[in-house]
Amino acid sequence: MSKKIIGRVSRVAGSFVTAKCMRGSQMFELVKVGDAGVIGEIIRLEGNVAVIQAYEETEGIKLGENVLATGKPLSVELGPGLIGQIFDGVQRPLTVISNMFGPFIKRGVETLALDPKKEWKFNPILKKGVKVIGGDIIGTVQETSLLNQGIMVPPNISGIIENIYSEGKYTIIDPIAKIKTSKGLENIFLMHTWPVRKPRPYKTMLPPTEPLLSGQRIIDSFFPIAKGGITATTGGFGTGKTVVLQTLAMWVDADVVVYIGCGERGNEMADVLNRFSKLKLGSSDHPLMDRTIFVANVSNMPIVAREASIYTGITLAEYYRDMGYNVALMADSTSRWAEALREISGRLEEMPGEEGYPAYLASRLAEFYARAGQVKTMGTKDRVGSITVLAAISPPGGDFSEPVTTNTLRIAKVFWALDFALAHRRHFPAINWFMSYSEYIPMLEPWFAKVERDWQKLCGEARTLLKEEEELREIVALIGAEILGDKQRSVFETAKMLKEYFLLQNAFHPVDAYCPIAKTYKMLRIFLKFYDKTKTAIESGVPLTRILGLPIREKLSRLKITPTNEFDQVYNEIDKEMNEQFEKLELKDLEEDKI
Amino acid sequence: MRNKSHIGVKYYTIKEITGPLIFCESVSGVGFGEIVKVLTPSEGEKIGQVIDISDEITVIQVFEGTSGLSIETTAVRFTGETLKLPVSTDMFGRMFTGTGEPTDGGPNIIPEKFLDIHAPTINPCSREHPTKFIQTGISVIDGLNTLLLGQKLPLLSGTGLPHKLLASQIVKQAKVVGEEEGFTIIFAAMGITSDEVKFFRDDFLRMGAMGKVIMFVNRAEEPAIERILTPRMALTAAEYFAFEHDLHVLVILVDMTNYCEALREISASRLEIPGRRGYPGYMYTDLATIYERAGIIKGKKGSVTQMPILTMPDDDITHPISDLTSYITEGQIILDREMFKKGIYPPIDPLPCLSRLMDKGIGSNKTREDHKQLSDQLYYAYAEGKIVQGTALVSGEKALTTIDKLYLKFMERFEEEFISQNYNENRDIEDTLNIGWRLLSILPKPELTRIEPEIIKKYHPNHGKN
Ligand SMILES: Nc1ncnc2c1ncn2[C@@H]1O[C@H](COP(=O)(O)OP(=O)(O)OP(=O)(O)O)[C@@H](O)[C@H]1O
Ligand SMILES: [Mg+2]
Repeated sequence: MSKKIIGRVSRVAGSFVTAKCMRGSQMFELVKVGDAGVIGEIIRLEGNVAVIQAYEETEGIKLGENVLATGKPLSVELGPGLIGQIFDGVQRPLTVISNMFGPFIKRGVETLALDPKKEWKFNPILKKGVKVIGGDIIGTVQETSLLNQGIMVPPNISGIIENIYSEGKYTIIDPIAKIKTSKGLENIFLMHTWPVRKPRPYKTMLPPTEPLLSGQRIIDSFFPIAKGGITATTGGFGTGKTVVLQTLAMWVDADVVVYIGCGERGNEMADVLNRFSKLKLGSSDHPLMDRTIFVANVSNMPIVAREASIYTGITLAEYYRDMGYNVALMADSTSRWAEALREISGRLEEMPGEEGYPAYLASRLAEFYARAGQVKTMGTKDRVGSITVLAAISPPGGDFSEPVTTNTLRIAKVFWALDFALAHRRHFPAINWFMSYSEYIPMLEPWFAKVERDWQKLCGEARTLLKEEEELREIVALIGAEILGDKQRSVFETAKMLKEYFLLQNAFHPVDAYCPIAKTYKMLRIFLKFYDKTKTAIESGVPLTRILGLPIREKLSRLKITPTNEFDQVYNEIDKEMNEQFEKLELKDLEEDKI
Repeated sequence: MRNKSHIGVKYYTIKEITGPLIFCESVSGVGFGEIVKVLTPSEGEKIGQVIDISDEITVIQVFEGTSGLSIETTAVRFTGETLKLPVSTDMFGRMFTGTGEPTDGGPNIIPEKFLDIHAPTINPCSREHPTKFIQTGISVIDGLNTLLLGQKLPLLSGTGLPHKLLASQIVKQAKVVGEEEGFTIIFAAMGITSDEVKFFRDDFLRMGAMGKVIMFVNRAEEPAIERILTPRMALTAAEYFAFEHDLHVLVILVDMTNYCEALREISASRLEIPGRRGYPGYMYTDLATIYERAGIIKGKKGSVTQMPILTMPDDDITHPISDLTSYITEGQIILDREMFKKGIYPPIDPLPCLSRLMDKGIGSNKTREDHKQLSDQLYYAYAEGKIVQGTALVSGEKALTTIDKLYLKFMERFEEEFISQNYNENRDIEDTLNIGWRLLSILPKPELTRIEPEIIKKYHPNHGKN
């Protein structure tokens, strides 16, 4: 190790500290500032002067106090014990801090992210003498009831296994294997560390092939996500971004969920933590927390740690991806991250770009999103893992033309445009079905076609119906509803059914919150069938009012709250009754004609 | 440098004074954020804070403004302390300045503690999420945008709209159903006129509530920079009573627009790069350090509920002040000029309003089982009514279908009977919900798609009838 660098404070301004005598230190190196040991990161070096951004409050720091360089960039601990935890933006475990120091977060607390005393049962897989490279899984630890963690050779190590310890209990700091490398013997532990700003390596990026199912009807049918994809949930305050992301964190078919609360509300985090700690995953007996990691850096926690939080989160995600898992990462909200970037840049007196954001906003966003994707992971054997990034964007004034939105949309392939108008009438999820899009539809088509051949066709028909209704609405607004015949009125009525009974989905209803893909399909099919039958009936002269009076309509309205295990039966009954009721209508009409 | 303490020494080392800032020579031992006494022969003693220290220069922000200061005769004295508020239970019924000095002619309080006005963040893991319903007795709030204990819910208003009246009605009527102990009110005024201060004070006196009220007042004519401290003083007191004396504290912050203007002024005087519409780029974070100081802590009995009030410049909800506020708070109640012109009190347009925590505080055992569905249906029907009204305006009543006309009728009666209520009218939640049902019965039952049939059966006033 090189000799310790100790500088001294020469300026403090807000969360920025300037230190002298720092020659030899590196960009992004972690430092401890002052007697309080405030943690910070070097963000500029000029001669022997380092500019440091502090992750904690700087109050009370004095000129001349020591600045200690740690020799390492901001890194996270990766190993068993991550799942189920709540970390702050620089991976400090908040539950541990709350138990040790009380309800208010004090600065300078040094706690390890992972419990060094906890013992894990290690099951070795590889044997002595095997040649290994970075990413190879040498053994496993059952981390939670849902997750079997593969203990990997860290990316930068390769060689021959000199020794591997037998099955047994180990802490994260006990060695479990020794590898003979070209540079000598390396101990392997259950844990290793990784710098957050450096993407973890993989072999190749693969195109997305599978949807990440969300259980949300409008998403799975109209605007699907792909495993390894990037989606932007965009909307003004109160349009439902957080609820969408939290709902997805609950229901998506991912192996691991990393949820980053980035510069948002404390009560919201408390609520999601509380709910998640009580819930089971889907219909299983496994606690939801057994696949979830939270990174919580709420709005009144230091902005510098907020800036770091998304890197902390995605590094944790990459770690599980490297084991071959599908990871979903939610970041609420990336706008707050961008604002932290802007604040830091402003303090550094950098040249501002659009809306005061630094000119490198676009490239930082691109670098971050480049860490998403489906990949062939490192290691001798081929594994496939993925990170799907689901980002919330909070545009000022709900105006989508601002820099964070426009720069993200250049990268993201799915755009859910959340709409004030829908939210105001309490239509949730307030995803605007005209503005939103998913560029994954063609790639996912083969997958959906395997579920149901006419999946894409049905989705297309439903969207056409909504479009027709919108056009009619415009006409009506101009010349009034009188000119409408029954045929056009039926468009209004069925579009309304589609909106109210299909697209509207209550995230807090015990049944409605999650809609399995098969149910989504059948619901879509039956509503379109109702529409078809209505059209035919009207053509054969049945008045619309009679169709609207059919008792089947009420049953259709309740389809979404029909529990999954009863659904097929109810569906078949409804299908049958619907046929009968329409037949009767037409018969009756024929009879009336005769008279 | 000599190792003598800098504390208490008078330094005549000022080099420059601009706006609220003093630049002086650096002194060893001074800490960032330290409180400084600024001593002048003519203006007496003022308080400032170190906002930038470097080997070359120390920058002090003076809270009571720099008018009347001169470079030659002004001295600075460092205190070695950060900014603290003396607190004690003697504070009830008292009025303080924006910097925490008594201003009602009464004696100084005998402090039980000195608390740092920049409280550390509550660990999200230590927060108890709010679940208790506060009845304000106002239908649009209780029925459609329920306020919970520990919530932060702002009133977004415009100049000349009756937000003061509404705030005073809420203060008067707010209660946690099932709890005897009422609210302790902490009132922070930023940049409001003496008349307005008097309005609130008289109101509290009339209610006989003054014994449960503590006021922090920074008037319009007082230095803008003090406004930066006022809400923090108030919240420090609020936290003390909530978390150390188990009280339910309701904090009213009025007017946050003046606070933000002060923030902008200071930022400009520091030559910072402005963000949107001239407001500092860090305004979101700064406001968060105020609004986030609401909530409940696990294992503690008290709570801090916040009701910030702000007048939206030009009634513009997309203005950074209202926009950022709504991005941080847990919903918003919006006073609407059109409603006001129609003579509706409270002039609240429910459509853009929101209480994000509502769902956790309503339903059976809390308000009533039908509350959520009823509220969703009322929202839908009112929004529908507004659309119909728009169509009618463009193409006349004749363009409307029979159903359209019913929605229009619903909308009008909803404004008259549900939204409108008297300033002195304190409606029970049951009453509020029943009015809602009465109005929904204007519409044919098949229109009530957001309510489950069982609930309709149980609560619809015309159930059984056709
Ligand atoms: N799917 C949903 N089902 C039921 N209610 C919903 C749904 N989505 C949103 N809501 C309602 O809308 C409110 C606001 O949603 P949310 O907090 O997700 O908005 P947001 O876009 O994250 O706002 P902000 O940007 O201010 O954080 C919620 O508190 C809830 O009442
Ligand atoms: Mg949100």
